Amino acid sequence: MQRLPYLKESPSQTAGPYVHIGCTPNFCGINGVYDEDPGARMVDERTQGARITLSGVVYDGMDAPMKDVMVEIWQADAAGIYPGNDPRGNADPHFTGWGRKAGDYATGEWVFETIKPGRVPFKDGRMMAPHITLWIVARGINTGLHTRIYFPDEDAVNAEDPVLMRLEHKSRIPTLIAEKTGPGAYRFDVRLHGERETIFFDI
Amino acid sequence: MSDGSFFQRDRGRHPPAYSAGYKSSILRSPTRAPISMDNTLSEMTGPVFGHHQLGPLDSDLILNFAKPGEMPVGQRIIVHGRVLDGNGRGVPDALLEVWQANAGGRYRHARETYLAALDPNFGGCGRVMTGEDGSYAIRTIKPGAYPWPNGPNDWRPAHIHFSVFGSGFAQRLITQMYFEGDPMIALCPIVRTIPTQEAIDSLTALYDPQATVPMDARAYRFDIVLRGRRSTLFENRMEGN
Repeated sequence: MQRLPYLKESPSQTAGPYVHIGCTPNFCGINGVYDEDPGARMVDERTQGARITLSGVVYDGMDAPMKDVMVEIWQADAAGIYPGNDPRGNADPHFTGWGRKAGDYATGEWVFETIKPGRVPFKDGRMMAPHITLWIVARGINTGLHTRIYFPDEDAVNAEDPVLMRLEHKSRIPTLIAEKTGPGAYRFDVRLHGERETIFFDI
Repeated sequence: MSDGSFFQRDRGRHPPAYSAGYKSSILRSPTRAPISMDNTLSEMTGPVFGHHQLGPLDSDLILNFAKPGEMPVGQRIIVHGRVLDGNGRGVPDALLEVWQANAGGRYRHARETYLAALDPNFGGCGRVMTGEDGSYAIRTIKPGAYPWPNGPNDWRPAHIHFSVFGSGFAQRLITQMYFEGDPMIALCPIVRTIPTQEAIDSLTALYDPQATVPMDARAYRFDIVLRGRRSTLFENRMEGN
């Protein structure tokens, strides 16, 4: 019998408790190696779109905040184009689309200063609701977890979002929708384990 | 389908979220199945980094934290290899970020409590981007094993953490590299979250005498495989494919 030529993906291992050393060295006091931690700034003064502050805490199965978590977000610009390698064209040059933050040592909270993303088409051309991809790693997480952050002030388009529409357990959809806490301020808390567990995606 | 989407992740080769032997995973593991979703542009695109964003010493952990004229203690090594995709092609411009303990097994981190000494000349962080063929190399000190609070007497094998970006966010991966011949590998509860010996072996770097620099630094070879993209023979390949 012949063998298919494909290679197998390297298996994941936990990021562990010292992920900051490699990913956010300035945050953990290793200064002078990198000028700035990667992903620390997503916008500048010329970035187009509505500025938002997105914060949250990741909780474990005992509702304890995870103080050693690291999260990354990936999102489209205000026009719905992804920076970098979107085949549809160039995004706002003043927007990186990618952010990375460590949870606060005392509270576990992470905060991104970004913009509200535009809508992006699903595979069949239907438009998805504005959303931000969130990726979570930490000690105890063996393979990074992907989820999505949707917006609470987009009820009409959330209702026709192709990803949300196909979820069987509609009662879990609120776990994917941020809470509005003020003008331009959103909060997205994540629960990893248990009754109110956030939806994670196998992408 | 020739849409630039990624090959599905083989969950049977990755560690399950819940691994009783790795105690931290117990309350940090989702209990419900992840929801399968076709890749959309949100997963097929990803951040692009430039070689210009890296400093000249970023890939040299021997020098990037050391005081002028000094060096860290420990065995000098080179870790090199290629980042490949599931189709066997080199992944160009992939960003690799690494972190590790020093030669004594001590991390430079506020939460680290191991009694082994810090090395004033070793930070333990570095990064590199792959070349056109997916190749990369870093220079560092071989990390030490260290104890950790899991079982009453658990020790991590010597390892280097790797964070990897491909061309799409669905490829995002964090893993660890182990060293050939280390008896601690088979005993480690974190290694043992990986379901198969073959997959464990794929994270174990081999001593590479051909890349060793005589009288200077031994070399270890470590290849990393990211998910491949779908495409057909009949259409132009998507950029970054």
